[in-house]
Amino acid sequence: MANNSLANIFAETQDTRLATPGMNRATIFSLLAIVAGLSCGVASFIFGHEAIYNNTREVPWGMLISTYAFWAITSTGLCIYAAISHLFGGTRMAIVSNRMVWMSIVCILAAFATIGVEIASPHRMIIYNILSPNPTSNIWWMGTLYGLAVGCMIVEFFGIITGLARIAVILGTMGAVAEILANSCLGGVFATLPARPYWYGGQLPIYFLTAAFLSGAAATILFNHLAYKIRKEKMSEAVRLGIKSAGKAMTLVLVLYTVATFWRLIMYYVGGAELGRIAAGALISGPLSINFWVFEIAVGLIVPLLLVIFSRLENIGMMAFAGLLILIGQFVARYDLVVAGLIVPESLGWDNVPTYLDYVPSIFEFGVIIGSISVVCFGFLMGERVFGKIFEQKEHH
Amino acid sequence: MNIKDLEKEKNEGLDLLPSEERRKFLKIGLAVTGVFLGGSVLSLTSVKSAKGGNSDSVIPAEGQYPYTKHYGMIMRQNNCVGCEKCVEACRETNHVPVGHGAWRTTIQERLTTVDGVEKREFRPILCNHCNRPPCVRVCPTKATYKDPETGIVVMDYKKCIGCKTCMAACPYNARYFNHDKYAIDKCNFCLDTRLGMGEKETACAAACPAKVRIFGDIKDKQSEIYRLLHEPDNAIWVLRPETGALPNVFYMNA
Repeated sequence: MANNSLANIFAETQDTRLATPGMNRATIFSLLAIVAGLSCGVASFIFGHEAIYNNTREVPWGMLISTYAFWAITSTGLCIYAAISHLFGGTRMAIVSNRMVWMSIVCILAAFATIGVEIASPHRMIIYNILSPNPTSNIWWMGTLYGLAVGCMIVEFFGIITGLARIAVILGTMGAVAEILANSCLGGVFATLPARPYWYGGQLPIYFLTAAFLSGAAATILFNHLAYKIRKEKMSEAVRLGIKSAGKAMTLVLVLYTVATFWRLIMYYVGGAELGRIAAGALISGPLSINFWVFEIAVGLIVPLLLVIFSRLENIGMMAFAGLLILIGQFVARYDLVVAGLIVPESLGWDNVPTYLDYVPSIFEFGVIIGSISVVCFGFLMGERVFGKIFEQKEHH
Repeated sequence: MNIKDLEKEKNEGLDLLPSEERRKFLKIGLAVTGVFLGGSVLSLTSVKSAKGGNSDSVIPAEGQYPYTKHYGMIMRQNNCVGCEKCVEACRETNHVPVGHGAWRTTIQERLTTVDGVEKREFRPILCNHCNRPPCVRVCPTKATYKDPETGIVVMDYKKCIGCKTCMAACPYNARYFNHDKYAIDKCNFCLDTRLGMGEKETACAAACPAKVRIFGDIKDKQSEIYRLLHEPDNAIWVLRPETGALPNVFYMNA
């Protein structure tokens, strides 16, 4: 019986138009890439984290943590926009909100997959996060709240596919609140460490939330554009309006985020701790300067802003490209944030330490990153194939 | 002497006053101000949590130790010749692995110029067993905590998930990933390897031929560390005071 009803649900939700050889190939390819990425991560448990990843005593975090933060932040953004649309209806983005909920779940799973192989002993985490919780630890709250959020969103999504709208709205709201709090705690993980002046301070949690609104809008536009591209169909006018709404949100937050980035960096040059200034220098003219000027600023902020202006919020393809560039910029921005905070040696002035410590991600770290991107690709393709019908709502409410 | 008689005395002038007398007078003034200032600051906060000194001192204030014993270390830094006997003794006593940046204590080195002469300067470092330890606050599973008996920051290895947040949070680079234990490891003032066995000193302090490292109970007024910390002539400093971690490892020049 249960199997039957489940089959009925999938019969209702699946999009048979996507049962094409091309889609199958893409899905299998992304699945293989996940396996490859996962193998890189699993290698760390077999050969030891210290042998597989290029982290050191001085630079204990690197690209895996920054990628975790990137996916977690993107998930928060998608979840918030979806919840606002579900809760208040009326907004034009509501029409694509089911797809956003799904992609929010997919992004947080990509984040979990990344941090799951970054943490040395995740099995201990499962046990002692419950048996020995530390309420003063930001990372405990972050993990717990993101866990709660994904639980809520999965039930919410179940409510969406089974037509239990009330459950979907209640759990969606709870999920979004948990995501916002979790995102805030993620900022707090970095912001509450006086030992790292580049991170320390009250701005970072707000900065992370701003980044969530930016990445969330960018991902909304990109994934919806791709959803219609793979079907080789034109968006309905209602969906177009929804995407234009996301475009407006993206443009607004792009400006806010640029302002926040500007002031964040200026602050290090007007006083305060020397290590903070040196870390900022890594971005301005140091080892991370190409990342910063080319990827964070040009690719991630300026070009997308120009593209959005030129598109006049009409050319969806151009906006989707801007969204992709923003996501690339955000990915690099998280990397720069994590790395700049750590490559400044605490023992500067002693032992002939260089001004900036070396950190280049290992091939295995890149492997895990490719794996996490593949999780999102696979999740996107599977979502469109299995739940495609409910992603294409007619008019909402 | 009657205080009114003082008015009739001739002013000796400042020129004749020995500078030692002036210094003594200033010290009394500073001590009185310090006691009042320290007292008023500390009276605002609960005695239950550990304390640092008053606002302009790094030395813990008297009567504010929440632990049965309150262990600390003072380095007579200029005595250090960088022989690294302490590093070796620590490695042996506490089974610290070799490689991958594994150490519980180490000696930093730099060249300085004193009166035009180049001089090598050494600085021993280890976990500062802070009163407000950032590592303890950030640990998600309480795998690292302040030992309630001694105030030593210790590890419960089986609870460590290896998230490395404590490594990022430590202002002193005192933590490392121990691949033998597959957990974060750090100095624990030899709590399990020596103090727990009735020894009075850590391995590093015992091994130091120049008596650089003075280890002891800061609460014990008979201890050498107490005497050195409270000797008014001693200029005492700590590393990275701006982080507010309130360390229990102090530095002075002998």
